[in-house]
Amino acid sequence: MSEHSNIRLPEGSIGKTTTTLNLGPTHPATHGVFQNILELDGERIVKADATVGYIHRAFEKLAERRPLYQITTLTDRLNYCSAPLNNMGWHMTCEKLLGIRTPKRVDYLRVIVMELARITDHLICTSIVGVDAGAFTGFLYVMQYRELVYEIYEEICGARLTTNMGRIGGFERDFSNTAWEKLERFLREYPKAQRELESLLVRNRIFYERTRGTGGISAERALNYGFTGPNLRAAGVDYDVRVHEPYASYEDFDFRIPVGTTGDNYDRFMVRTEEIWQSLSIIEQAYRKVSEMKGTEAEVYHADAPEYYLPEKPDVYTKMEALIYHFKIVMGETEIPPGEVYMGVEGGNGELGFYLISDGGRSPYRLHFRRPCFIYYQAYEELIKGSMLSDAIITMSSLNLIAGEMDA
Amino acid sequence: MAMSKETIRQRLTERFGDALGEWEEPYGLLTFKAPADANLKVLNFLYDEPDLAFRFLTDLTAVHYPDRKDEELCVVYHLHNLVENVRLRLKIYVPSTAPNVYTATGLFSSANWMERETYDFFGVRFVGHPDLRRVLNVDEMDYFPLRKEYPLEDQTRIDKDDEMFGRG
Repeated sequence: MSEHSNIRLPEGSIGKTTTTLNLGPTHPATHGVFQNILELDGERIVKADATVGYIHRAFEKLAERRPLYQITTLTDRLNYCSAPLNNMGWHMTCEKLLGIRTPKRVDYLRVIVMELARITDHLICTSIVGVDAGAFTGFLYVMQYRELVYEIYEEICGARLTTNMGRIGGFERDFSNTAWEKLERFLREYPKAQRELESLLVRNRIFYERTRGTGGISAERALNYGFTGPNLRAAGVDYDVRVHEPYASYEDFDFRIPVGTTGDNYDRFMVRTEEIWQSLSIIEQAYRKVSEMKGTEAEVYHADAPEYYLPEKPDVYTKMEALIYHFKIVMGETEIPPGEVYMGVEGGNGELGFYLISDGGRSPYRLHFRRPCFIYYQAYEELIKGSMLSDAIITMSSLNLIAGEMDA
Repeated sequence: MAMSKETIRQRLTERFGDALGEWEEPYGLLTFKAPADANLKVLNFLYDEPDLAFRFLTDLTAVHYPDRKDEELCVVYHLHNLVENVRLRLKIYVPSTAPNVYTATGLFSSANWMERETYDFFGVRFVGHPDLRRVLNVDEMDYFPLRKEYPLEDQTRIDKDDEMFGRG
């Protein structure tokens, strides 16, 4: 009898022939943010049990006491790899509820920001898939371009990761010359790095063998599991919110929606890779459209919505209305019209939905985020069951799981 | 051949009659209410009929209306027909004393965690759910935090006057 006789093992754990393994840490978030307990037979996965919720921050409850503009900071922390995309989605939800129409230039500036965010999001995913297959170099190499995008964010809004970018109705200020210069530099230099990353992985025998035929899902199952975004398109369904329900004038742009066939890790990687090229093309088109604008149209960077958009500081000191609006907005005293609105945008990982109910108070009555990560992660067990342990790791990174978005 | 909202409404009324009500179109999204015990019948009908084919569950959540007597909890389904690109919102009201709703997990695998989340925050019991446990909160929690009777902050605090801020 051992002296540790007070330790109680779960029933049946002595005689069982499988191994229980707490998977990780592989993904940055498995350092405690979520947990995967696998039941292994040798190296083969028999059962997987996911526990999530370790960074749940009750955003939906918090939102019920905040004026609209203070909820933007909550959306930053959903998918923090593409925070500006969430910010824009939230502003557009508010504008839909309030009936604010934004000028074309604002839409195009938003498209630029959203597509930059999509590139950084996909960049993380595609390069991390490489890391998990053993190619660290590509990841570090492309990170310097994410850094450049973060510098662009910094020029636009002053922040890098949790951006809190823009306001209801537009942007807090126009893009600076430095921002445009950095954007030009990004458009000029990034394609080369992206091509190099692709030449490292796309036809690499080891990468090919590791990713093809692993973690696959059929289109039917993917739809049933509520997949959206690149993960659904990799399974062969051409659903993209930007095309199905265009917002922010996406209908003015010419771009293609890449789809895969088998929905496996390789397809997910390839769909995201191609989307990066499409995003680059959209940014170029938007940049051209913005630079072709003339006169007053070329200077506008916000809609005319005095009740929700903070007035210029000099006006606050000199004009009565501006002072009143400034006070009401900052103190969160503006009443929101009652209404019920659902707005979906194409986030980095799929349809990011905002379901906002207002009862006419100063803050939402109820706000629900449709978080794509939370919905598709439940398919993880089905994706990895019966496969090898090493496939589970690469499947998790190719799904691009973001714990902040999953737990809200 | 886009499916019009009138057609959907007509098809549903033909099948379920007056059981469906509160037809609305806030911001262009067709919304209606179904009786609590008929939610699965309506979902099945919308899923199976070839000319309706609402086969994608976008979102499932709940809202708490403490003032609606005997129908305090509202379960909201957002459905999407991806082929015709039409969205639909279905609402089910249940009393908070007996919040029993049939599970949609048989139709949509995605409903599994979404129903767990709804249970976690509102206490809606999804009858027939394979694994109805809390998903985001700790298992030991003995209340449902998104219900309106749980305020964000201690409301008895007297050192702070927040009439000016948000929901006073």
